[in-house]
Amino acid sequence: MSDVSLTVNGKRVSGSAEDRTLLVHFLREHLGLTGTHVGCDTSQCGACVVHVDGRAVKSCTMLAVQASGSTIVTIEGLADGAELHPVQAAFKEHHGLQCGFCTPGMIMTATDMIARHPEGLDEATVRAELEGNICRCTGYHNIVKAILAASETMAKGAKGKAKQAA
Amino acid sequence: MGIEGVGARVARKEDKRFITGGGRYVDDMVVPGMKHAVFVRSPHAHAQIKKIDVKKAQAMPGVVGVLTGKELKADGIGNLICGWMIHSKDGTPMKMGAWSPLAVDKVRYVGDAVVIVVADTKGQARDAAEAVEITYKELKAVVDATKAIQPGAPQIHAESDNNLIFDWEIGDGKATDAAIKSAAHVTRMKIVNNRLVPNAMEPRAALGHYDKAEDHYTCWTTSQNPHVARLVMSAFYNVAPENKLRVIAPDVGGGFGSKIYIYPEEIVCLWASKKTGVPVKWVADRTESFLADAHGRDHVSNVEMAFDKDNRITGLKVDTIANLGAYMSLFSSCVPTYLYATLLSGQYNIPAIHANVRTVYTNTAPVDAYRGAGRPEATYLLERTMETAARELGISPAELRRKNFITSFPHQTPVIMNYDAGDYNASLDAAMKAADYAGFAKRKADAAKQGKLRGIGMSCYIEACGIAPSAAVGSLGAGVGLWESAEVRVNAVGTIEVLTGSHSHGQGHETTFAQLVNQRFGVPIDSVSIVHGDTDKVQMGMGTYGSRSGAVGMSAIVKALDKVEAKAKKIAAHLLEADEGDIVIENGEVKVAGTDKSLPWFQVALAAYTAHNLPAGMEPGLKETAFYDPANFTFPAGCYISEVEIDPETGVTDIIQFVAADDFGNIINPMIVEGQVHGGIAQGVGQALLEGAHYDASGQLLTASYMDYTMPRAGDLPSFKVSTSNTPCPSNPLGIKGCGEAGAIGSPPAVINAITDALGVVDIPMPASPATVWATIRAKKH
Repeated sequence: MSDVSLTVNGKRVSGSAEDRTLLVHFLREHLGLTGTHVGCDTSQCGACVVHVDGRAVKSCTMLAVQASGSTIVTIEGLADGAELHPVQAAFKEHHGLQCGFCTPGMIMTATDMIARHPEGLDEATVRAELEGNICRCTGYHNIVKAILAASETMAKGAKGKAKQAA
Repeated sequence: MGIEGVGARVARKEDKRFITGGGRYVDDMVVPGMKHAVFVRSPHAHAQIKKIDVKKAQAMPGVVGVLTGKELKADGIGNLICGWMIHSKDGTPMKMGAWSPLAVDKVRYVGDAVVIVVADTKGQARDAAEAVEITYKELKAVVDATKAIQPGAPQIHAESDNNLIFDWEIGDGKATDAAIKSAAHVTRMKIVNNRLVPNAMEPRAALGHYDKAEDHYTCWTTSQNPHVARLVMSAFYNVAPENKLRVIAPDVGGGFGSKIYIYPEEIVCLWASKKTGVPVKWVADRTESFLADAHGRDHVSNVEMAFDKDNRITGLKVDTIANLGAYMSLFSSCVPTYLYATLLSGQYNIPAIHANVRTVYTNTAPVDAYRGAGRPEATYLLERTMETAARELGISPAELRRKNFITSFPHQTPVIMNYDAGDYNASLDAAMKAADYAGFAKRKADAAKQGKLRGIGMSCYIEACGIAPSAAVGSLGAGVGLWESAEVRVNAVGTIEVLTGSHSHGQGHETTFAQLVNQRFGVPIDSVSIVHGDTDKVQMGMGTYGSRSGAVGMSAIVKALDKVEAKAKKIAAHLLEADEGDIVIENGEVKVAGTDKSLPWFQVALAAYTAHNLPAGMEPGLKETAFYDPANFTFPAGCYISEVEIDPETGVTDIIQFVAADDFGNIINPMIVEGQVHGGIAQGVGQALLEGAHYDASGQLLTASYMDYTMPRAGDLPSFKVSTSNTPCPSNPLGIKGCGEAGAIGSPPAVINAITDALGVVDIPMPASPATVWATIRAKKH
């Protein structure tokens, strides 16, 4: 057994887990954050993507004990109170989800993708960047649309903030 | 159309929970005292079980129970059944081999469940599962259906000689043979439809909880039809009587057919919960899903299509061998028969059709319905043959299709179906226009200058949805009726609950069904809740598959709404002292037409429950129930066009554009319909280019993870151009045809027709992977 201490969605949490416990299982079973999903055994599907210290990580590729000391954001911690994150809002507006199972991973990947491309995104880049996330319902059409729309909204928001600051 | 009514692009109500991590899937459920199960599965495709020793496993840390098939049988748990009886052409019933939820003396495919291990944690259950010692005597295996029916092949079930399950036919053999004999031209092809694994992103799961004090079972399961699960587990598997078994299918992460069936795992978890005295949860690993979910397709067919001198089809003869795997899954028998051969007329006027279908046991996972179920196989066979025929006859693929289109309705085909409405030229025109078909020659020439091979292919599909008139399917062998139920409860404050037997696992029912209510009463969709997926809440219903939730499920809701509306009008007429016939309900108000007299909707509801002033003799309350049995199948149809560009150096195929022009009848929410088409196309393109389940000769599944089975990813697909040109369906009150499967049905032949066009070859096997395309190009050169 190992001690695991994390900051998850802004709260400090700690617990004890078997050494072999993956981060995803720690989040789901120890912390009850079941929004992060497990869709495969081989780190292919991306349903378990969370942010670890600001980067998108498949939480099935990491042991909980490895993550100890990190700051984690899961799908449950993305919205600002009652206000949806722009990526969440765009997935809803553009019908970027159907069964919802891959959705948390898609959204966490998309927010990371948008952050890494402050210059903006095009369809080819979004499709290439989604390589690690599998969806069986949407054919990706509306997921791509939602991410492009969110990227634009966020760029406008950032410009607005920059103007305000100036 | 209001902003939330029928036809509006309403954003989905259910999305809020899914985008914030609040979805509740079976694996998210926690019951006090719950333990975790792991199944020990057969590593052999075909073997006798000589000995099972569980002693070591039982002594492992955290282990609560290690249970075998022998104990399960001793407790009277029944064998799994196939619920659709098919008779061979000689009149004998299909040969159903015994399928025990835990194998007792023999295993028949890699993944066959043998032992369940229950422990405090999943890790402990996994460790203990490895300590279970099973002695097998390996037997020869056969995985290819065409080989399994050869004399001398290993016999998989004692009940079936030569592994033949049934040898069935439909249509007029003599007339078809005569048409072929007198034809001006006959196109002949061998058509192989590759085996697929459905791969809903949520793996199957079951949580069984036996409550000793109440002598009552609860099963949370990943089901598309919880009531059917309860019925089958009660009536056939002897788990518990229906009144003592509650089945809950909460949020379910995709189904595509694979979650229709009642599998061994949910039966065993329920039984094991009673046996061990603790709630038992099992969640499949992805590899378990590959091994033990029902697969789809796997047909080998020979087809002959006869034409007269004017290029009109005069006859179609089909001989199909369908691989059903090691056991007959719940609806496996109807897929290659009544869901397949009855669609072989396609969109065409074909005077004579004959199809012979042999279904076969092999040492592979059971095969059952997967998105489209039989209809993709029929469409692929027909549309590949039409394309080849057009090339052989030297006329354009569009012209050959137009010449043979059915243009007047109703149309009786020679294979049972009676098409009620359609306009196939309209879909073809729309698709060709959207694809700029006329500009293709130039695009092909431009691509050639860059050393690339361009091809274009079309597919004109038809399918049958709205499954199905109960008497009709009963006469064809179905063990169940295929109606749907609905209950509309208007609360005293005017908010509304709709309880439906349909089940949403991605289809957006919580929104579209609420739109129906909004259309009728003007109540905001936020005040309408859709309740589904729980046998304790909802009366008996048949569930969601075969694109039936619109045509059948919503029709049941319409019937219940009719009754509620009639009663509400009676109450309002009484309260407003008006004639019942003058009452109209609009925008949440109940009015007397042509006057300024009105009541808010909620006051009518309140009056129904206070019951202080109701018409004489009227019962209090405002709640109505309806069962809807469809009058006919519905017949969605459309035209899909795919344009591909192939790099001859690498064999990589790029889909340059994919156009879908569908006829779905009336549409409730176009945004959701488009989403269904997008997803279906991705699965169809997956079948054509990427996906294929492969067993080696010994029966090991070589494609048992996402490392080996190529799922379509975002980079494999373009954005799709989808449109509809709709003819309302005359067979149901909403005029709906259904849209859930069309994409998967229409797209594979469009892609393969485009690839064979680009390469100048007659055929290429699916999936047309880069290696296959590259090899085909090389083979053609030499």
